[in-house]
Amino acid sequence: MYAFDFERPTTIADAVKALSAEDAQALSGGQTLIPTLKQRLASPSRLVSLTAIPELKGICVADDGALCIGAATSHADVAAEATAYPALAALAGQIGDPAVRNRGTIGGSLANNDPSACYPAAALGSGATIVTDRRKIAADDYFQGMFETALDEGEIITEVRFPVPEKAAYIKFEQPASRFALVGVFVAKYAGGVRVAVTGASEDGVFRWAEAEAALSSDFSAGAIDGLSVGADGMIGDLHGTPEYRAHLVKVLTARAVAAAG
Amino acid sequence: MPKDHGIGASQKRREDVRFLTGRGRYTDDINLPGQAHACFVRSQVAHGRLNGVDTAAAAAMPGVIRVFTGADFEGVGGLPCGWQVTDRHGQPMQEPGHPVLAQGKVRHVGDPIAVVVAETFEQARDAAEMVDVDITELDPVIDMKAALADGAPKVHDDLSSNLCYDWGFVEDNRAAVDEAIRNAHHVTTLELVNNRLVPNAMEPRVAVGDYNFATDDSTLYTTSQNPHVIRLLMGAFVLGIPEHKLRVVAPDVGGGFGSKIFHYAEEAFCTFAAKQLRRPVKWTCQRSESFITDAHGRDHVTKIELALDKEGHFQAIRTETYANMGAYLSTFAPSVPTWLHGTLMAGNYKTPLIYVNVKAVFTNTVPVDAYRGAGRPEATFQLERVIDKAAREMGIDPVEIRRRNFITEFPYATPVAVEYDTGDYHATLDKLLEIADVAGFDKRRAESAKRGKLRGLGLNCYIEACGIAPSQLVGQLGARAGLYESATVRVNATGGLVVMTGSHSHGQGHETSFAQVVADMIGIDENMVEIVHGDTANTPMGMGTYGSRSLAVGGSAMVRATEKIIAKAKKIAAHLMEASPDDIELKDGRFSVAGTDKSVAWGDVTLAAYVPHNYPLEEIEPGLEETAFYDPSNFTYPAGAYACEVEVDPDTGKVTICSFAAADDFGNIVNPMIVDGQVHGGLGQGIGQALLEGAAYDESGQLLTGSYMDYAMPRAGDLPSFTIDHSCQTPCTHNPLGVKGCGEAGAIGSPPAVVNAVVDALQRAGHSNVTHIDMPLTPSRVWAAMQG
Ligand SMILES: Cc1cc2nc3c(=O)[nH]c(=O)nc-3n(C[C@H](O)[C@H](O)[C@H](O)COP(=O)(O)OP(=O)(O)OC[C@H]3O[C@@H](n4cnc5c(N)ncnc54)[C@H](O)[C@@H]3O)c2cc1C
Repeated sequence: MYAFDFERPTTIADAVKALSAEDAQALSGGQTLIPTLKQRLASPSRLVSLTAIPELKGICVADDGALCIGAATSHADVAAEATAYPALAALAGQIGDPAVRNRGTIGGSLANNDPSACYPAAALGSGATIVTDRRKIAADDYFQGMFETALDEGEIITEVRFPVPEKAAYIKFEQPASRFALVGVFVAKYAGGVRVAVTGASEDGVFRWAEAEAALSSDFSAGAIDGLSVGADGMIGDLHGTPEYRAHLVKVLTARAVAAAG
Repeated sequence: MPKDHGIGASQKRREDVRFLTGRGRYTDDINLPGQAHACFVRSQVAHGRLNGVDTAAAAAMPGVIRVFTGADFEGVGGLPCGWQVTDRHGQPMQEPGHPVLAQGKVRHVGDPIAVVVAETFEQARDAAEMVDVDITELDPVIDMKAALADGAPKVHDDLSSNLCYDWGFVEDNRAAVDEAIRNAHHVTTLELVNNRLVPNAMEPRVAVGDYNFATDDSTLYTTSQNPHVIRLLMGAFVLGIPEHKLRVVAPDVGGGFGSKIFHYAEEAFCTFAAKQLRRPVKWTCQRSESFITDAHGRDHVTKIELALDKEGHFQAIRTETYANMGAYLSTFAPSVPTWLHGTLMAGNYKTPLIYVNVKAVFTNTVPVDAYRGAGRPEATFQLERVIDKAAREMGIDPVEIRRRNFITEFPYATPVAVEYDTGDYHATLDKLLEIADVAGFDKRRAESAKRGKLRGLGLNCYIEACGIAPSQLVGQLGARAGLYESATVRVNATGGLVVMTGSHSHGQGHETSFAQVVADMIGIDENMVEIVHGDTANTPMGMGTYGSRSLAVGGSAMVRATEKIIAKAKKIAAHLMEASPDDIELKDGRFSVAGTDKSVAWGDVTLAAYVPHNYPLEEIEPGLEETAFYDPSNFTYPAGAYACEVEVDPDTGKVTICSFAAADDFGNIVNPMIVDGQVHGGLGQGIGQALLEGAAYDESGQLLTGSYMDYAMPRAGDLPSFTIDHSCQTPCTHNPLGVKGCGEAGAIGSPPAVVNAVVDALQRAGHSNVTHIDMPLTPSRVWAAMQG
């Protein structure tokens, strides 16, 4: 690590102010950022911790029925308390290991937008709203490619609002070493249609599989996607899987997610 | 009734009390007054000409004491290689220099170029970033066959090529083997890769150098499996420090698996720098640094051919292997693909003709050396895989084909220069079939099929040569060391014992099992015996721990020393009881005169030895302390049979291990629970190799698997609950304990069982074209194999 200043504000306003300094960076659970600092791959002049801001923590159900999760809520808390949205709670419960789940947060995960992370699939697959200190961003507009999001410099995610579906499931196929998603598929059935979001597979980061959504919206059964296929073009190819393999997994896991959603 | 004392008792490991409560003392726990910290500047490119190293900016950084470069080591020897292999034509291997810090060239990512020593590690690290290294990148050689092509870039400019040696064994058999294969009824051929592994001991390497200018004594604290070997290699060949002025301490060590046998540059550096700076110098390896500096394991590319007659009897075996040495010769690297590999190619079978060819190759990668099993897993894997393939091709049951070829008469001289002293391969195989419930496989397979899973059964045998090694034999084979072991048994006046052993324990539980042996011999409580190891200042010259040798060789030395103690104690007892020493019997810690009711206690005798008022001083010296060195007359040959059942997910290619059974013959067993633990650990590593682990380089020589994000280690959830048995015991015939060694068996015997099982699952599911899949059998590879 390089030396940095450290601040731990207790209000969102103070945090935004602290982040306006040059090279300042938000620190949430630190499960991505701290390893990066230890490797000396980042050198922020100031870290602004978001974990002492009460407004950023906790889970509640809004009047419109959406599940609202404070950005600094840990994966472990979501796993235990997001009972209104069991598929989301289950997803959180499968992230990393207990230590990671106790520290890592939903805001940090969405801000980071790792192409193999789990939460982006849930947010996109649920049509969630990413609430920041200055605006509300629809998930469809938020994810802009690997590690790229719609967030501006110094903008803080404060809350994530998930419309709760009738049925949903997330199926994660683990990369054998990191146990992030080699491919993960989140399927959610709403009154207005089905959403299918895929993480881990594409070089453009998390994406929606439109053909499957259409097929499943008219027939929510695993067999409904039998005739579909996903192209290998633009899929990630690495040590752990070829583009063809990932494309294949997208379909297999989508069918499994539909079956698991029931 | 299970025993609760002495040989054969499953005593809990006494060392676990400190390991499990955080009271261990590892090298990184050692901090000396005035200690400075070292940070290495390492090559980020695989191959390059080192034009210059500018240290001025770094030297001016806060806290920096000194910056060292290769120039500081010009007058210092290089890291030595401990084994010289002679090639097919009688020529010695090509042996390049191995400087402590790079001189003129860098040869792999991680090659050390400079070292900053500063007041704190953070300061050293900050300054290390300011060292300006001027490198002209050269084309690297990564692939072994490409490295041997005409015109390939040379890793070492002063060698004629990247070929370290081209070894033939037994060279005189070559023509006969060729002939037998040409004329055989059936020949099964298999090409395979034995994947490169990163050892990943839980404790990374650490070195602390210390120097006392008043006495001119140097001390090195290091994470080593063999402190005396390090003292000899580093003192005599690198730094020129005589052994009486150099002490090497390897305290608690958190796993080695071979990777801590070797003498590394960082050890020499810290010892050297401590003297230069007259301050202790400490280096602790970072985890990511360990991936590019700890010697890797395996990395063989092999073609094996097995010739059979109509009935499936093995007629001949011919192999051709490319073995990666990496960029330099690590301490024992040349011996691994040769003497630890070729000599095991007979396996458990009567194959009359065998020819093994090994081409050892330099590449721009981390050096490769012994890793749990070392050469024997590579031999076992190819042999047991090709036998499985042959059985399938010839329509013979895989159990039956093995039985037909088993060696059944002992001693048995193989065509590859070793003599198995004893064994019973039918017995371990019978035991395996029983504990693995092979008869129930079809039922389990049907049940898996109902859940849409493809179930497969794989089994294999293995044999290994352990208890290394007869010194004169290995000397003829090129070893530059003897491989005896030593022990000093010191009996204190009040009867307690301290055993100072040259073996080193880094997880094997010697402090428990060694004490059981000595206590059993005397008939006293284990708690009266303390085992001391790991410090050249208070143990006799020993060769350390590897090759499953500690109990077989180190334990035998301890037995010999204890026998001397007992013989002397009997003389003292005889004197005390006014009897003849020949009439003295020792039982349950009491000496008695045969046929009488006269007796004295162990403590009476030990006290007399140190308070010799009533003592035969004219015949024997006072005191009770004896040393023995033991040089084995042969290797030991643990052997067994393993079975693995897997389920393959046909949609994703994911392999799940449903069960794993191991029937081992380790000869006599001192502590069954420790043996279980050793087998469990070995199986974990072998299954890790088969399913998960695999170091990969890209074409430019960057390690793609440089962290746990990409290098998959086995975790508890990847492994089934093992079914293991070691009740088949044919005691070793040539060591006093009749023990064979158990540390490596699991890692040697398990990879072929896993791969055989996966191939079996796919074959049964109709993928008849899948005859082999290279390890690790990741989901994506298995899926690709199923696509045809
Ligand atoms: C061993 C291990 C295993 C893991 N396995 C998984 C897995 O299986 N699946 C998975 O999805 N993830 C996994 N992760 C990642 C984990 O979920 C992280 O917790 C998460 O990606 C980042 O969250 P964090 O709170 O730790 O963020 P931090 O590390 O603190 O921050 C990450 C980034 O987000 C920024 N940031 C943080 N909070 C905010 C905010 N509120 N507004 C704006 N920017 C913000 C930071 O500035 C930083 O750039 C794993 C991590 C580890 C260490």
